[in-house]
Amino acid sequence: MSDMTSPSRRILRRVSNGVLLLIGLSFALPLLWLVLAAFDSSASLTLKLPEHWTLDNFSTVLTPEQTFIPILNSIILSGGCAIITVVVAVLAAYPLSRYKMRVNKPFLYGILFGTGLPITAMMVPVYSLFVAFNLIDSVPGVILFMAATSLPIAIWMMKNFMDSVPIVLEEAAWIDGASMLTTLTRVVVPLMRPGIAVVFIFVFVGSWGNFFVPFVLLLSPELQPAAVTIYAFFGQYGAVVYGQLAAFSLVYSVPVLALYVFTSRVLGGSSALAGAVKG
Amino acid sequence: MSPSQLLVTRPRGRTVRPRASGFGRSALRSTPLVPALILLALFLLAPIVSSFYGSFTDSALTGGAAQGSTFIGLKNYAKLFSNPDFYKSIWLTILFLVGSAIVGQNVLGLGLALLMQTSNRIIRSVVGTLVVSSWVLPEIVAAFAAYAFFHNKGTLNAMLGSVGITGPDWLYALPMIAIILANVWRGTAFSMLVYTAALSDVPQDVNESAEMDGAGGVKRLVYITLPIIRQTISTNLMLTTLQTLSAFTIIYVMTGGGPGTNSSTLPVLAYQEAFKFSQLGLGTAIATILLLIGAVFSVIYIRALKPGVD
Repeated sequence: MSDMTSPSRRILRRVSNGVLLLIGLSFALPLLWLVLAAFDSSASLTLKLPEHWTLDNFSTVLTPEQTFIPILNSIILSGGCAIITVVVAVLAAYPLSRYKMRVNKPFLYGILFGTGLPITAMMVPVYSLFVAFNLIDSVPGVILFMAATSLPIAIWMMKNFMDSVPIVLEEAAWIDGASMLTTLTRVVVPLMRPGIAVVFIFVFVGSWGNFFVPFVLLLSPELQPAAVTIYAFFGQYGAVVYGQLAAFSLVYSVPVLALYVFTSRVLGGSSALAGAVKG
Repeated sequence: MSPSQLLVTRPRGRTVRPRASGFGRSALRSTPLVPALILLALFLLAPIVSSFYGSFTDSALTGGAAQGSTFIGLKNYAKLFSNPDFYKSIWLTILFLVGSAIVGQNVLGLGLALLMQTSNRIIRSVVGTLVVSSWVLPEIVAAFAAYAFFHNKGTLNAMLGSVGITGPDWLYALPMIAIILANVWRGTAFSMLVYTAALSDVPQDVNESAEMDGAGGVKRLVYITLPIIRQTISTNLMLTTLQTLSAFTIIYVMTGGGPGTNSSTLPVLAYQEAFKFSQLGLGTAIATILLLIGAVFSVIYIRALKPGVD
Protein backbone atom coordinates (compact mmCIF):
# COMPACT_ATOMS: atom_id res chain seq x y z
CA MET A 1 0.00 0.00 0.00
CA SER A 2 2.74 2.40 0.99
CA ASP A 3 4.34 2.24 -2.42
CA MET A 4 1.36 3.69 -4.27
CA THR A 5 2.32 7.01 -2.80
CA SER A 6 0.87 10.28 -3.88
CA PRO A 7 3.13 13.32 -3.39
CA SER A 8 1.15 14.47 -0.33
CA ARG A 9 1.50 11.08 1.22
CA ARG A 10 5.23 11.07 0.62
CA ILE A 11 5.52 14.43 2.36
CA LEU A 12 3.42 13.13 5.25
CA ARG A 13 5.72 10.16 5.49
CA ARG A 14 8.81 12.33 5.56
CA VAL A 15 7.32 14.59 8.23
CA SER A 16 6.32 11.61 10.40
CA ASN A 17 9.78 10.15 10.07
CA GLY A 18 11.39 13.44 11.05
CA VAL A 19 9.14 14.06 14.03
CA LEU A 20 9.53 10.45 15.19
CA LEU A 21 13.31 10.67 14.99
CA LEU A 22 13.27 13.87 17.02
CA ILE A 23 11.10 12.31 19.73
CA GLY A 24 13.22 9.17 19.66
CA LEU A 25 16.37 11.23 20.11
CA SER A 26 15.03 13.05 23.15
CA PHE A 27 13.95 9.73 24.64
CA ALA A 28 17.41 8.35 23.95
CA LEU A 29 19.50 11.08 25.59
CA PRO A 30 18.96 10.12 29.27
CA LEU A 31 19.42 6.44 28.41
CA LEU A 32 22.56 7.14 26.45
CA TRP A 33 24.04 8.98 29.42
CA LEU A 34 23.47 5.93 31.58
CA VAL A 35 25.26 3.62 29.16
CA LEU A 36 28.18 5.92 28.34
CA ALA A 37 28.77 7.00 31.93
CA ALA A 38 29.08 3.36 32.97
CA PHE A 39 32.09 2.96 30.65
CA ASP A 40 33.65 6.34 31.40
CA SER A 41 36.56 6.64 33.84
CA SER A 42 35.67 10.28 34.55
CA ALA A 43 31.90 10.32 34.16
CA SER A 44 29.99 13.50 34.95
CA LEU A 45 26.28 14.28 34.83
CA THR A 46 26.53 15.41 31.23
CA LEU A 47 26.20 13.10 28.28
CA LYS A 48 29.61 12.79 26.61
CA LEU A 49 31.70 10.20 24.84
CA PRO A 50 34.21 8.75 27.33
CA GLU A 51 37.77 9.94 26.78
CA HIS A 52 38.98 6.72 28.31
CA TRP A 53 36.72 3.72 27.84
CA THR A 54 36.99 1.46 30.85
CA LEU A 55 35.41 -1.48 32.61
CA ASP A 56 36.75 -0.27 35.97
CA ASN A 57 33.34 1.00 37.06
CA PHE A 58 31.96 -2.49 36.68
CA SER A 59 34.85 -4.24 38.38
CA THR A 60 34.61 -1.79 41.28
CA VAL A 61 30.92 -2.37 41.91
CA LEU A 62 30.86 -6.11 41.16
CA THR A 63 31.63 -7.13 44.72
CA PRO A 64 29.50 -9.20 47.13
CA GLU A 65 28.48 -6.27 49.36
CA GLN A 66 27.92 -3.83 46.53
CA THR A 67 26.15 -5.95 43.95
CA PHE A 68 25.82 -9.69 44.48
CA ILE A 69 24.04 -9.72 47.85
CA PRO A 70 21.57 -6.97 46.87
CA ILE A 71 20.89 -8.74 43.56
CA LEU A 72 20.38 -12.01 45.44
CA ASN A 73 17.98 -10.19 47.78
CA SER A 74 16.14 -8.85 44.74
CA ILE A 75 15.88 -12.36 43.34
CA ILE A 76 14.51 -13.70 46.64
CA LEU A 77 11.96 -10.89 46.96
CA SER A 78 10.80 -10.82 43.35
CA GLY A 79 10.96 -14.57 42.84
CA GLY A 80 9.09 -15.28 46.07
CA CYS A 81 6.50 -12.65 45.27
CA ALA A 82 6.01 -13.87 41.68
CA ILE A 83 5.74 -17.56 42.67
CA ILE A 84 3.18 -16.89 45.41
CA THR A 85 1.22 -14.51 43.22
CA VAL A 86 1.07 -16.92 40.28
CA VAL A 87 0.03 -19.92 42.40
CA VAL A 88 -2.66 -17.99 44.26
CA ALA A 89 -3.84 -16.29 41.06
CA VAL A 90 -4.14 -19.57 39.12
CA LEU A 91 -6.18 -21.05 41.96
CA ALA A 92 -8.44 -18.02 42.18
CA ALA A 93 -8.83 -17.67 38.42
CA TYR A 94 -10.09 -21.23 37.99
CA PRO A 95 -13.52 -20.98 39.66
CA LEU A 96 -13.90 -17.43 38.36
CA SER A 97 -13.33 -18.62 34.82
CA ARG A 98 -15.16 -21.95 34.96
CA TYR A 99 -18.13 -21.66 37.29
CA LYS A 100 -21.01 -19.30 37.34
CA MET A 101 -21.07 -18.40 41.01
CA ARG A 102 -22.73 -15.65 42.92
CA VAL A 103 -19.38 -14.50 44.32
CA ASN A 104 -17.85 -13.98 40.87
CA LYS A 105 -19.23 -10.58 40.18
CA PRO A 106 -18.43 -8.90 43.51
CA PHE A 107 -15.04 -10.62 43.58
CA LEU A 108 -14.08 -9.47 40.09
CA TYR A 109 -15.27 -5.94 40.76
CA GLY A 110 -13.28 -5.98 43.99
CA ILE A 111 -10.22 -7.16 42.07
CA LEU A 112 -10.59 -4.42 39.47
CA PHE A 113 -11.07 -1.90 42.23
CA GLY A 114 -7.88 -3.17 43.87
CA THR A 115 -5.87 -2.67 40.67
CA GLY A 116 -6.73 1.02 40.83
CA LEU A 117 -5.70 1.73 44.41
CA PRO A 118 -2.56 3.82 44.78
CA ILE A 119 -0.28 1.42 46.66
CA THR A 120 2.26 4.12 47.44
CA ALA A 121 -0.46 5.93 49.37
CA MET A 122 -0.71 2.89 51.62
CA MET A 123 2.90 2.76 52.68
CA VAL A 124 2.43 4.88 55.79
CA PRO A 125 -0.37 2.73 57.25
CA VAL A 126 1.41 -0.42 56.07
CA TYR A 127 4.51 0.69 57.94
CA SER A 128 2.47 1.16 61.14
CA LEU A 129 0.91 -2.28 60.71
CA PHE A 130 4.30 -3.90 60.13
CA VAL A 131 5.62 -2.20 63.27
CA ALA A 132 2.59 -3.34 65.27
CA PHE A 133 3.02 -6.97 64.15
CA ASN A 134 6.80 -6.90 64.40
CA LEU A 135 7.22 -7.53 60.68
CA ILE A 136 9.73 -4.76 59.93
CA ASP A 137 12.82 -6.36 58.37
CA SER A 138 10.85 -9.57 57.76
CA VAL A 139 11.54 -10.75 54.21
CA PRO A 140 8.53 -13.13 54.16
CA GLY A 141 6.34 -10.27 55.36
CA VAL A 142 7.50 -8.03 52.52
CA ILE A 143 7.10 -10.86 50.00
CA LEU A 144 3.52 -11.48 51.13
CA PHE A 145 2.68 -7.79 51.04
CA MET A 146 4.08 -7.40 47.53
CA ALA A 147 2.22 -10.55 46.45
CA ALA A 148 -1.04 -9.14 47.82
CA THR A 149 -0.55 -5.87 45.94
CA SER A 150 0.19 -7.72 42.67
CA LEU A 151 -2.68 -10.16 43.09
CA PRO A 152 -5.56 -8.06 41.72
CA ILE A 153 -3.99 -7.48 38.31
CA ALA A 154 -2.53 -11.01 38.29
CA ILE A 155 -5.91 -12.64 38.93
CA TRP A 156 -7.49 -10.44 36.28
CA MET A 157 -4.88 -11.34 33.66
CA MET A 158 -4.92 -15.00 34.65
CA LYS A 159 -8.70 -15.22 34.34
CA ASN A 160 -8.55 -13.67 30.86
CA PHE A 161 -5.92 -16.18 29.79
CA MET A 162 -7.90 -19.05 31.31
CA ASP A 163 -11.10 -17.96 29.57
CA SER A 164 -9.39 -18.60 26.26
CA VAL A 165 -8.50 -22.20 27.15
CA PRO A 166 -11.22 -24.45 25.69
CA ILE A 167 -13.24 -26.33 28.25
CA VAL A 168 -13.74 -29.56 26.28
CA LEU A 169 -10.69 -31.32 27.69
CA GLU A 170 -11.67 -30.51 31.24
CA GLU A 171 -15.09 -32.02 30.73
CA ALA A 172 -13.45 -35.26 29.77
CA ALA A 173 -11.38 -35.11 32.95
CA TRP A 174 -14.45 -34.33 35.03
CA ILE A 175 -16.34 -37.25 33.61
CA ASP A 176 -13.40 -39.48 34.49
CA GLY A 177 -13.89 -38.33 38.06
CA ALA A 178 -10.82 -36.09 38.34
CA SER A 179 -10.98 -33.59 41.18
CA MET A 180 -10.96 -29.86 40.62
CA LEU A 181 -7.32 -29.58 41.65
CA THR A 182 -6.24 -32.45 39.40
CA THR A 183 -8.10 -30.97 36.46
CA LEU A 184 -6.50 -27.61 37.10
CA THR A 185 -2.92 -28.83 37.44
CA ARG A 186 -3.00 -31.61 34.83
CA VAL A 187 -5.20 -30.12 32.14
CA VAL A 188 -5.58 -26.36 32.42
CA VAL A 189 -2.14 -25.26 33.62
CA PRO A 190 -0.20 -27.07 30.87
CA LEU A 191 -2.49 -25.48 28.27
CA MET A 192 -1.90 -21.95 29.51
CA ARG A 193 1.85 -22.01 30.14
CA PRO A 194 2.53 -18.92 28.01
CA GLY A 195 -0.13 -16.96 29.90
CA ILE A 196 1.28 -18.06 33.23
CA ALA A 197 4.76 -17.04 32.07
CA VAL A 198 3.47 -13.60 31.09
CA VAL A 199 1.89 -13.09 34.50
CA PHE A 200 4.98 -14.41 36.29
CA ILE A 201 7.30 -12.09 34.40
CA PHE A 202 4.92 -9.16 34.77
CA VAL A 203 4.87 -9.59 38.56
CA PHE A 204 8.59 -10.39 38.78
CA VAL A 205 9.59 -7.30 36.81
CA GLY A 206 7.22 -5.16 38.86
CA SER A 207 8.68 -6.24 42.18
CA TRP A 208 12.25 -6.16 40.83
CA GLY A 209 11.78 -2.47 40.14
CA ASN A 210 9.89 -1.78 43.34
CA PHE A 211 11.82 0.71 45.40
CA PHE A 212 9.33 2.21 47.82
CA VAL A 213 8.03 -0.96 49.50
CA PRO A 214 11.39 -2.46 50.53
CA PHE A 215 12.72 1.05 51.21
CA VAL A 216 10.06 1.52 53.89
CA LEU A 217 9.78 -2.03 55.23
CA LEU A 218 13.35 -3.41 55.13
CA LEU A 219 15.76 -1.42 57.25
CA SER A 220 18.79 -3.74 57.56
CA PRO A 221 21.24 -3.10 54.71
CA GLU A 222 22.02 -6.82 54.36
CA LEU A 223 18.37 -7.58 53.54
CA GLN A 224 17.78 -4.77 51.08
CA PRO A 225 17.30 -5.45 47.38
CA ALA A 226 19.32 -3.71 44.68
CA ALA A 227 16.70 -0.99 44.17
CA VAL A 228 17.27 0.25 47.71
CA THR A 229 21.06 -0.19 47.83
CA ILE A 230 21.36 1.80 44.59
CA TYR A 231 19.55 4.63 46.30
CA ALA A 232 21.83 4.37 49.36
CA PHE A 233 24.86 4.30 47.09
CA PHE A 234 23.60 7.44 45.36
CA GLY A 235 23.20 9.17 48.71
CA GLN A 236 26.69 8.19 49.88
CA TYR A 237 28.93 8.37 46.83
CA GLY A 238 26.59 9.43 44.04
CA ALA A 239 27.88 12.96 43.88
CA VAL A 240 31.39 11.65 43.27
CA VAL A 241 31.30 8.46 41.26
CA TYR A 242 28.57 8.67 38.66
CA GLY A 243 30.31 6.07 36.55
CA GLN A 244 29.95 3.43 39.26
CA LEU A 245 26.36 4.40 39.90
CA ALA A 246 25.60 4.01 36.20
CA ALA A 247 27.44 0.68 36.04
CA PHE A 248 25.54 -0.63 39.05
CA SER A 249 22.25 0.58 37.53
CA LEU A 250 22.98 -1.23 34.27
CA VAL A 251 23.82 -4.51 36.01
CA TYR A 252 20.61 -4.23 37.98
CA SER A 253 18.54 -3.41 34.88
CA VAL A 254 19.81 -6.18 32.60
CA PRO A 255 17.58 -9.00 33.98
CA VAL A 256 14.48 -6.86 33.53
CA LEU A 257 15.39 -5.85 29.99
CA ALA A 258 16.14 -9.48 29.11
CA LEU A 259 12.82 -10.66 30.53
CA TYR A 260 10.97 -7.97 28.60
CA VAL A 261 12.60 -8.94 25.33
CA PHE A 262 11.86 -12.60 26.05
CA THR A 263 8.22 -11.84 26.83
CA SER A 264 7.60 -9.69 23.79
CA ARG A 265 9.52 -11.88 21.31
CA VAL A 266 8.63 -15.35 22.58
CA LEU A 267 5.31 -14.85 24.34
CA GLY A 268 3.84 -11.89 22.47
CA GLY A 269 3.88 -10.02 25.75
CA SER A 270 3.00 -6.47 24.81
CA SER A 271 -0.13 -7.57 23.01
CA ALA A 272 -0.99 -9.83 25.94
CA LEU A 273 -0.55 -6.84 28.20
CA ALA A 274 -2.69 -4.66 25.97
CA GLY A 275 -5.29 -7.43 26.01
CA ALA A 276 -5.30 -7.38 29.77
CA VAL A 277 -5.78 -3.63 29.68
CA LYS A 278 -8.59 -3.68 27.19
CA GLY A 279 -10.39 -6.16 29.44
CA MET B 1 -22.93 -21.84 27.47
CA SER B 2 -21.29 -21.87 30.84
CA PRO B 3 -19.55 -24.95 32.19
CA SER B 4 -22.01 -25.44 35.01
CA GLN B 5 -24.89 -25.47 32.57
CA LEU B 6 -23.09 -28.04 30.48
CA LEU B 7 -22.65 -30.25 33.49
CA VAL B 8 -26.18 -29.95 34.71
CA THR B 9 -27.84 -30.67 31.40
CA ARG B 10 -25.71 -33.70 30.64
CA PRO B 11 -28.03 -36.61 31.33
CA ARG B 12 -25.64 -39.55 31.16
CA GLY B 13 -22.05 -40.13 32.16
CA ARG B 14 -20.56 -41.91 35.12
CA THR B 15 -20.42 -38.98 37.47
CA VAL B 16 -21.74 -35.57 36.89
CA ARG B 17 -19.40 -33.66 39.10
CA PRO B 18 -19.64 -32.02 41.59
CA ARG B 19 -22.70 -33.76 42.94
CA ALA B 20 -23.25 -31.58 45.97
CA SER B 21 -25.85 -28.98 45.28
CA GLY B 22 -26.76 -25.48 46.37
CA PHE B 23 -24.73 -23.98 49.12
CA GLY B 24 -22.40 -26.93 49.56
CA ARG B 25 -21.51 -26.97 45.90
CA SER B 26 -20.77 -23.30 45.60
CA ALA B 27 -18.76 -23.42 48.82
CA LEU B 28 -16.70 -26.26 47.38
CA ARG B 29 -16.28 -24.47 44.10
CA SER B 30 -15.13 -21.26 45.71
CA THR B 31 -12.45 -22.86 47.90
CA PRO B 32 -9.66 -21.97 45.43
CA LEU B 33 -10.52 -18.34 46.09
CA VAL B 34 -9.60 -18.69 49.76
CA PRO B 35 -5.81 -18.15 49.56
CA ALA B 36 -6.37 -15.03 47.49
CA LEU B 37 -9.00 -13.77 49.91
CA ILE B 38 -6.75 -14.32 52.92
CA LEU B 39 -3.79 -12.57 51.30
CA LEU B 40 -5.91 -9.65 50.13
CA ALA B 41 -7.63 -9.30 53.48
CA LEU B 42 -4.43 -9.37 55.53
CA PHE B 43 -2.16 -7.25 53.38
CA LEU B 44 -4.47 -5.01 51.38
CA LEU B 45 -7.72 -4.58 53.26
CA ALA B 46 -6.16 -4.41 56.73
CA PRO B 47 -3.81 -1.52 55.85
CA ILE B 48 -6.73 0.36 54.30
CA VAL B 49 -8.88 -0.13 57.39
CA SER B 50 -6.01 0.75 59.69
CA SER B 51 -5.33 3.81 57.55
CA PHE B 52 -8.85 5.03 58.16
CA TYR B 53 -8.58 4.25 61.84
CA GLY B 54 -5.03 5.59 62.24
CA SER B 55 -5.99 8.91 60.72
CA PHE B 56 -8.19 9.48 63.78
CA THR B 57 -5.39 8.77 66.29
CA ASP B 58 -2.31 10.63 67.44
CA SER B 59 0.10 7.79 66.60
CA ALA B 60 3.70 8.79 66.09
CA LEU B 61 6.97 6.99 65.38
CA THR B 62 8.93 8.61 68.18
CA GLY B 63 8.21 10.35 71.45
CA GLY B 64 5.41 9.79 73.93
CA ALA B 65 2.70 9.01 71.43
CA ALA B 66 4.77 6.20 69.90
CA GLN B 67 3.92 3.86 72.78
CA GLY B 68 0.17 3.82 72.50
CA SER B 69 -2.10 5.92 70.40
CA THR B 70 -5.29 7.58 71.49
CA PHE B 71 -8.35 8.45 69.52
CA ILE B 72 -8.36 12.16 68.73
CA GLY B 73 -11.24 12.38 66.30
CA LEU B 74 -10.84 14.74 63.40
CA LYS B 75 -7.85 16.61 64.79
CA ASN B 76 -5.45 15.25 62.18
CA TYR B 77 -7.77 16.40 59.44
CA ALA B 78 -8.29 19.76 61.08
CA LYS B 79 -4.52 20.15 61.29
CA LEU B 80 -4.15 19.04 57.70
CA PHE B 81 -6.80 21.39 56.39
CA SER B 82 -5.19 24.33 58.15
CA ASN B 83 -1.80 23.46 56.69
CA PRO B 84 -0.97 25.52 53.58
CA ASP B 85 1.44 22.80 52.43
CA PHE B 86 -1.52 20.45 52.06
CA TYR B 87 -3.37 22.76 49.67
CA LYS B 88 -0.17 23.37 47.78
CA SER B 89 0.34 19.62 47.55
CA ILE B 90 -3.16 19.07 46.18
CA TRP B 91 -2.53 21.72 43.55
CA LEU B 92 0.85 20.17 42.67
CA THR B 93 -0.75 16.73 42.43
CA ILE B 94 -3.39 18.04 40.03
CA LEU B 95 -0.71 19.80 38.01
CA PHE B 96 1.32 16.59 37.90
CA LEU B 97 -1.70 14.49 36.90
CA VAL B 98 -2.86 16.84 34.17
CA GLY B 99 0.59 17.68 32.82
CA SER B 100 2.11 14.27 32.97
CA ALA B 101 -0.71 11.76 32.60
CA ILE B 102 -3.69 13.38 30.92
CA VAL B 103 -1.89 15.66 28.50
CA GLY B 104 1.68 14.42 28.32
CA GLN B 105 1.49 10.65 28.18
CA ASN B 106 -1.82 10.41 26.37
CA VAL B 107 -1.21 13.03 23.71
CA LEU B 108 2.37 11.94 23.11
CA GLY B 109 1.43 8.26 23.25
CA LEU B 110 -1.39 8.71 20.74
CA GLY B 111 0.82 10.96 18.62
CA LEU B 112 3.56 8.36 18.52
CA ALA B 113 1.10 5.62 17.66
CA LEU B 114 -0.32 7.72 14.80
CA LEU B 115 3.08 8.76 13.46
CA MET B 116 4.23 5.16 13.50
CA GLN B 117 1.41 4.25 11.14
CA THR B 118 2.83 6.40 8.38
CA SER B 119 6.54 6.11 9.05
CA ASN B 120 9.44 4.08 7.83
CA ARG B 121 9.59 0.63 9.37
CA ILE B 122 13.18 0.89 10.66
CA ILE B 123 12.62 4.30 12.23
CA ARG B 124 9.42 2.99 13.80
CA SER B 125 11.11 0.05 15.44
CA VAL B 126 14.13 2.08 16.63
CA VAL B 127 11.98 4.82 18.16
CA GLY B 128 9.58 2.25 19.59
CA THR B 129 12.47 0.44 21.27
CA LEU B 130 13.82 3.67 22.76
CA VAL B 131 10.44 4.72 24.13
CA VAL B 132 9.77 1.27 25.57
CA SER B 133 13.28 1.06 27.09
CA SER B 134 12.73 4.01 29.37
CA TRP B 135 9.50 2.38 30.51
CA VAL B 136 10.96 -1.08 31.07
CA LEU B 137 13.92 0.16 33.10
CA PRO B 138 13.47 -0.15 36.87
CA GLU B 139 11.93 3.06 38.16
CA ILE B 140 14.90 3.99 40.34
CA VAL B 141 17.29 3.73 37.38
CA ALA B 142 14.99 5.79 35.19
CA ALA B 143 14.81 8.33 38.00
CA PHE B 144 18.62 8.63 38.12
CA ALA B 145 18.85 9.02 34.38
CA ALA B 146 16.22 11.77 34.55
CA TYR B 147 18.00 13.36 37.52
CA ALA B 148 21.23 13.54 35.55
CA PHE B 149 19.43 14.86 32.49
CA PHE B 150 17.73 17.75 34.33
CA HIS B 151 20.57 18.47 36.77
CA ASN B 152 22.10 21.92 36.66
CA LYS B 153 25.24 20.38 35.21
CA GLY B 154 23.31 17.79 33.26
CA THR B 155 22.76 16.99 29.61
CA LEU B 156 19.84 19.35 29.04
CA ASN B 157 21.67 22.45 30.23
CA ALA B 158 24.81 21.40 28.39
CA MET B 159 22.77 21.21 25.20
CA LEU B 160 21.12 24.55 25.84
CA GLY B 161 24.55 25.99 26.64
CA SER B 162 25.92 24.83 23.32
CA VAL B 163 23.38 27.05 21.53
CA GLY B 164 24.09 29.95 23.88
CA ILE B 165 21.18 29.60 26.29
CA THR B 166 21.87 29.46 30.01
CA GLY B 167 19.36 26.90 31.22
CA PRO B 168 17.75 27.27 34.63
CA ASP B 169 18.58 24.92 37.47
CA TRP B 170 15.59 22.75 36.58
CA LEU B 171 15.45 20.66 39.75
CA TYR B 172 15.43 23.75 41.99
CA ALA B 173 13.88 26.51 39.95
CA LEU B 174 11.31 24.51 37.99
CA PRO B 175 10.99 21.18 39.81
CA MET B 176 7.44 20.49 38.62
CA ILE B 177 8.39 20.95 34.96
CA ALA B 178 11.31 18.59 35.46
CA ILE B 179 9.31 15.82 37.15
CA ILE B 180 6.39 16.16 34.73
CA LEU B 181 8.68 15.82 31.73
CA ALA B 182 10.57 12.99 33.39
CA ASN B 183 7.37 11.12 34.09
CA VAL B 184 6.19 11.66 30.52
CA TRP B 185 9.52 10.29 29.32
CA ARG B 186 9.17 7.29 31.59
CA GLY B 187 5.47 6.53 31.17
CA THR B 188 4.54 7.30 27.55
CA ALA B 189 5.42 3.81 26.31
CA PHE B 190 2.37 2.35 28.03
CA SER B 191 -0.02 4.72 26.25
CA MET B 192 1.86 4.23 22.99
CA LEU B 193 1.43 0.43 23.19
CA VAL B 194 -2.24 0.69 24.11
CA TYR B 195 -2.98 3.18 21.33
CA THR B 196 -0.97 1.24 18.77
CA ALA B 197 -3.08 -1.82 19.56
CA ALA B 198 -6.28 0.23 19.34
CA LEU B 199 -5.32 1.86 16.03
CA SER B 200 -4.59 -1.51 14.48
CA ASP B 201 -8.23 -2.39 15.15
CA VAL B 202 -9.51 0.62 13.22
CA PRO B 203 -10.80 -0.77 9.91
CA GLN B 204 -8.67 0.43 7.00
CA ASP B 205 -11.52 0.67 4.50
CA VAL B 206 -13.37 3.31 6.54
CA ASN B 207 -10.31 5.51 6.48
CA GLU B 208 -9.66 4.88 2.81
CA SER B 209 -13.18 5.67 1.71
CA ALA B 210 -13.08 8.89 3.73
CA GLU B 211 -9.85 9.75 1.97
CA MET B 212 -11.52 9.15 -1.40
CA ASP B 213 -14.19 11.58 -0.34
CA GLY B 214 -11.45 14.12 0.20
CA ALA B 215 -11.18 14.11 3.98
CA GLY B 216 -7.71 15.24 5.04
CA GLY B 217 -5.55 13.71 7.73
CA VAL B 218 -6.78 15.91 10.56
CA LYS B 219 -10.42 15.48 9.57
CA ARG B 220 -10.05 11.72 9.40
CA LEU B 221 -8.40 11.73 12.82
CA VAL B 222 -11.12 13.83 14.45
CA TYR B 223 -14.18 12.34 12.76
CA ILE B 224 -13.19 8.73 12.24
CA THR B 225 -10.21 7.48 14.22
CA LEU B 226 -10.84 9.20 17.55
CA PRO B 227 -14.54 8.25 17.77
CA ILE B 228 -13.70 4.63 16.99
CA ILE B 229 -11.05 4.39 19.70
CA ARG B 230 -12.82 6.56 22.28
CA GLN B 231 -13.35 3.60 24.61
CA THR B 232 -9.60 2.98 24.63
CA ILE B 233 -8.94 6.67 25.20
CA SER B 234 -11.14 6.85 28.29
CA THR B 235 -9.73 3.61 29.68
CA ASN B 236 -6.19 4.73 29.09
CA LEU B 237 -6.84 8.17 30.60
CA MET B 238 -8.05 6.50 33.77
CA LEU B 239 -5.19 4.00 33.88
CA THR B 240 -2.46 6.58 33.38
CA THR B 241 -4.11 8.87 35.92
CA LEU B 242 -4.15 6.09 38.50
CA GLN B 243 -0.54 5.15 37.79
CA THR B 244 0.58 8.75 37.98
CA LEU B 245 -1.38 9.40 41.16
CA SER B 246 0.81 6.90 42.96
CA ALA B 247 4.13 8.02 41.45
CA PHE B 248 6.66 8.35 44.23
CA THR B 249 10.12 7.08 43.34
CA ILE B 250 10.79 9.34 40.38
CA ILE B 251 9.86 12.46 42.37
CA TYR B 252 11.62 11.34 45.52
CA VAL B 253 14.89 10.65 43.69
CA MET B 254 14.84 13.73 41.47
CA THR B 255 13.81 16.42 43.94
CA GLY B 256 12.94 14.74 47.24
CA GLY B 257 9.75 16.79 47.08
CA GLY B 258 11.85 19.93 47.24
CA PRO B 259 13.07 22.50 47.30
CA GLY B 260 11.02 22.77 50.49
CA THR B 261 7.72 21.27 49.47
CA ASN B 262 7.71 22.76 45.98
CA SER B 263 7.32 19.39 44.30
CA SER B 264 5.67 17.40 47.08
CA THR B 265 2.72 15.68 45.49
CA LEU B 266 0.40 13.91 47.93
CA PRO B 267 2.31 10.58 48.12
CA VAL B 268 5.58 12.43 48.76
CA LEU B 269 3.95 14.72 51.34
CA ALA B 270 2.46 11.71 53.16
CA TYR B 271 5.92 10.16 53.31
CA GLN B 272 7.55 13.40 54.48
CA GLU B 273 4.99 14.02 57.21
CA ALA B 274 5.15 10.46 58.50
CA PHE B 275 8.86 9.70 58.29
CA LYS B 276 10.66 13.02 58.13
CA PHE B 277 8.57 14.98 60.62
CA SER B 278 7.36 11.92 62.59
CA GLN B 279 3.74 13.00 62.16
CA LEU B 280 2.40 9.52 61.57
CA GLY B 281 -1.21 10.57 62.17
CA LEU B 282 -0.91 13.39 59.67
CA GLY B 283 0.81 11.14 57.13
CA THR B 284 -1.94 8.57 57.61
CA ALA B 285 -4.61 11.21 57.09
CA ILE B 286 -3.01 12.18 53.77
CA ALA B 287 -2.75 8.49 52.85
CA THR B 288 -6.44 8.06 53.61
CA ILE B 289 -7.38 11.01 51.42
CA LEU B 290 -5.21 9.63 48.62
CA LEU B 291 -6.86 6.24 48.96
CA LEU B 292 -10.26 7.91 48.70
CA ILE B 293 -9.21 9.81 45.57
CA GLY B 294 -7.83 6.58 44.12
CA ALA B 295 -11.05 4.78 45.02
CA VAL B 296 -13.17 7.40 43.24
CA PHE B 297 -11.01 7.23 40.11
CA SER B 298 -11.06 3.46 40.31
CA VAL B 299 -14.88 3.34 40.42
CA ILE B 300 -15.13 5.75 37.47
CA TYR B 301 -12.65 3.60 35.60
CA ILE B 302 -14.60 0.41 36.24
CA ARG B 303 -17.80 2.10 35.09
CA ALA B 304 -16.14 3.36 31.93
CA LEU B 305 -14.58 0.00 31.22
CA LYS B 306 -17.74 -2.03 31.80
CA PRO B 307 -15.69 -5.20 31.96
CA GLY B 308 -17.04 -8.55 30.85
CA VAL B 309 -17.59 -9.58 34.45
CA ASP B 310 -20.97 -11.18 33.88
